Amino acid sequence: MIIKLLEIIGEYFLFLRKVFTKPYKGKVFFRRLIDEMDSMGVGSLLIVAIVSISMGSVITIQTAMQIESNWVPAWTLGFTVRTSVVMELCPTIISCLLVGALGSRISSEIGSMRVTEQIDALEVMGINSASYLVLPKIIASLIVNPILIIIGIFFALTGGYVTILITGVTSPYDFIDGLTSFFRMYDIVYVLTKTIVFAFVISSVSSFYGYRIEGGALELGKANVNGFVVASFLILTLNLVITQIML
Amino acid sequence: MITINNVCKYFGDRKVLNDINTSFEQGKVNLVIGRSGSGKTVLMKCLVGLLTPDEGEILYDGRNFNLFSNKERQNIRTEMGMVFQGAALFDSMTVQDNVMFPLNMLTSQSWEEKLERVNVCLKRVDLVNSNNFFPAELSGGMKKRAAIARAIACNPQYLFCDEPNSGLDPKTALLIDELIIEITHEFDMTTVVNTHDINSFITIGETISYIHKGTLEWRGNMDNVMSSDNEKLNDFIFAQPLTQRIRNLM
Repeated sequence: MIIKLLEIIGEYFLFLRKVFTKPYKGKVFFRRLIDEMDSMGVGSLLIVAIVSISMGSVITIQTAMQIESNWVPAWTLGFTVRTSVVMELCPTIISCLLVGALGSRISSEIGSMRVTEQIDALEVMGINSASYLVLPKIIASLIVNPILIIIGIFFALTGGYVTILITGVTSPYDFIDGLTSFFRMYDIVYVLTKTIVFAFVISSVSSFYGYRIEGGALELGKANVNGFVVASFLILTLNLVITQIML
Repeated sequence: MITINNVCKYFGDRKVLNDINTSFEQGKVNLVIGRSGSGKTVLMKCLVGLLTPDEGEILYDGRNFNLFSNKERQNIRTEMGMVFQGAALFDSMTVQDNVMFPLNMLTSQSWEEKLERVNVCLKRVDLVNSNNFFPAELSGGMKKRAAIARAIACNPQYLFCDEPNSGLDPKTALLIDELIIEITHEFDMTTVVNTHDINSFITIGETISYIHKGTLEWRGNMDNVMSSDNEKLNDFIFAQPLTQRIRNLM
């Protein structure tokens, strides 16, 4: 079991070495990068917006219930919602969501190319298939995921604000006051660091599991599940490690 | 010319290629025949470098493929074209983009030059006006022809075809066979074709290597494949009732 695990880790790093080589043609790489950014960003925007609005609304209601007291300052609700959403919920929950949305797409796409010998066709042409297929996906996710998370934060806080307007648990002025209180630039650095690390994990792990498929449709399904489980586990573990180091 | 000397390949303890010695001549269609699971595809994958032989050597015009550096290997692969069993066209690209792909990656031609070359290749395989179709919109025979067009786009010296007429009706299979032999002679390529289609042996088999359970059992050409006294070859060729009847008439 441990030997198999070490073998997979070794295989993963060898795969990354193959991926991070100079692209064969810069122009082709750039075109593929734009295509990937387009499909990753536009394709995931709706689900990110829906989940973020829902998350922001629920957190606002739950927090309002917990801190309902005359002793607690009015701005506390906005401050707590902002801290929860910005520091933890959006980067981690949306990244876990993207493992399912983006990661599955990546591993299915690369896996089906492996099964139908399209990757072999690239290799026979003398093209480094790992670099050609995977490098644009990794770079695109490093650019797109932080943008998606920032959009997610915006939607979550908007969802919270709209909930305040509808339910009237606190005044909009106090909520906005809370959202803007005690803001630290370092929090943005922390969030973006987490997001970029998670984006790398999602794209590289999913690509790895898709790329190493041997067999047919059954293995494709297994690769999707394995990629999802491993990427989710790594995101949650790295979340803990990064939080411990940076805060 | 491709020469194979003492090539062996193992998968775990299982020996799938056993001391193969043969050669594939330039300007000819060289068939590798054998039953399913005999090792034909493994041999072809060793030839193009998708698998590495455990023993023996593969010489491309005297150059040992196994001793090449990664760079040299990439360079010689630009001289190869391969038609896969399932065509292996890129799903997300049109026929035109598929055929243009090796030109985009391996040449520095202008777009107009590349388009002209694509149209020449598509005309050669009788796929004129199919530029904007996606692979999913093509029939099996059209996919194979598009794959051949992609394989010859960069004027390769070596053409490899793995079961090019599997899954095709006899008429379309014959068209593919004729196309392969025509382009081989036209461009003076070294063509290697894996097949177990009897019609192919007698139409395009300028040299034939018969592999049985990973071992090269017989080598000859289309003139003597039907009259060989090799028992294993005869068991393979005359397995069908139709060929048995032909044998009785001979």
